[in-house]
Amino acid sequence: MRIFTAVIAIAAGILILGGYFFPALAGVQTLLLNWAIILAGAAALAGIFNLVSVHSEKIRHQEKGSMYSALLLIALVVTFLFAMILRPGHAAMKIILSGIIIPVEAALMGLLTVSLLYAAMRLLRRRADLMSLVFLITAVLLILGSATLPFGNMPVLGSFLRPWIAQILALGGARGILIGVALGTLTTGLRVLFGADRPYGGN
Amino acid sequence: MTGLIIILASAILLFGISLSKRKSPASLREIPALTRLYRTLGLSIEDGTRLHVSLGSGSLLDARGGSALAGLAMLRQIAERTSASDKPSIASAGDPTLGLLTQDTLQAGYQAAGVEELYAPTSGRVTGLSPFGYAAGAANILQNENVSANIIIGHFGPEAALLAEASDRENMVLIGASDELSGQAVLFANTQDALIGEELFAAGAYLGAGASHTASLTVQDILRWLVILALAGGAAAKFIGVI
Repeated sequence: MRIFTAVIAIAAGILILGGYFFPALAGVQTLLLNWAIILAGAAALAGIFNLVSVHSEKIRHQEKGSMYSALLLIALVVTFLFAMILRPGHAAMKIILSGIIIPVEAALMGLLTVSLLYAAMRLLRRRADLMSLVFLITAVLLILGSATLPFGNMPVLGSFLRPWIAQILALGGARGILIGVALGTLTTGLRVLFGADRPYGGN
Repeated sequence: MTGLIIILASAILLFGISLSKRKSPASLREIPALTRLYRTLGLSIEDGTRLHVSLGSGSLLDARGGSALAGLAMLRQIAERTSASDKPSIASAGDPTLGLLTQDTLQAGYQAAGVEELYAPTSGRVTGLSPFGYAAGAANILQNENVSANIIIGHFGPEAALLAEASDRENMVLIGASDELSGQAVLFANTQDALIGEELFAAGAYLGAGASHTASLTVQDILRWLVILALAGGAAAKFIGVI
């Protein structure tokens, strides 16, 4: 069975990769990708069942935080029922999305400001080295350079230093990191493509 | 066609180097975060606490899948080593397809350790379908399930700060790597030893995942030198007016 799944996965991978280079394989590539999208939709349902089973178990065993699990399940069931009865495009569903989900996520984003400030303050205590110092000084210079003042940008910082750091130093560093990530992605993909790593069906 | 040539050359290199690494294992430079991870694995088994592996919300259907696959390779090793522990590891994902593979990978780890009967499907979880929803759900695991170390590896944006903050509040070891620049910056500020850039893809090799993982690192080094030479050559050619 494992060999069978590996053969299917490797063949599908090679056909999809081939589709990018050989026009004759483009049709097969599109077909396989469409199947993958349908399977991803089915996986979303499996993911929701997983979420429900984990939190139901928590409630059943009255584990720590089971109150939140109960709230989550009630919200999930109510939203699901509403969406089934009213359909996802209904105005009430849009209110749930734009009145609850988006503001909550925006609030979490707001919390990040405090978390990041706190993390930056403790950085030197956690790791007092040259790179931490460079990180902090760069962050402070960029924040000061971006500050909006009544008389306009900060002289030198806003007009010269901030663009220079952001466009030359940071951009160069970011491209270097992204090239490294791309090379890592390439070799990881090749390992999966040739069956050395098999996250499907185990190895 | 250049892309195809690069892929084919990389594949041949990977295959050849994998074969040679089987005969003579490579010596790897020390990466403090991965040394800490190795130590944390042993400590968590000894003190009866569990590890939480956060795999992020990278979908396998787009370019972010690379980091998710690297995370799964690492999870496979962690699952094998901690499966017989009193408190086996938990993994969470923010994408349903990744969630399914998380469960499958955990099960494979238990199988390899010979304790498949101890595997519980709820040890691999989908905690949310949006990045912030995922982070909030995973933070709940950190707070309530006797976790001693949180390993963040995969596709994370700024939401990694929520997980880092929850880890810090529970005084747990935090090891983090992301393929996204904003996530990397957040994890750099929040972890004791940060993993930067391609170090994310080295975790499998450092945990003993096999010759193909160490060969990957060598192939990455070769390709990196080629990129450096191409960039330097291009700059020099531009400078002297050839291009």
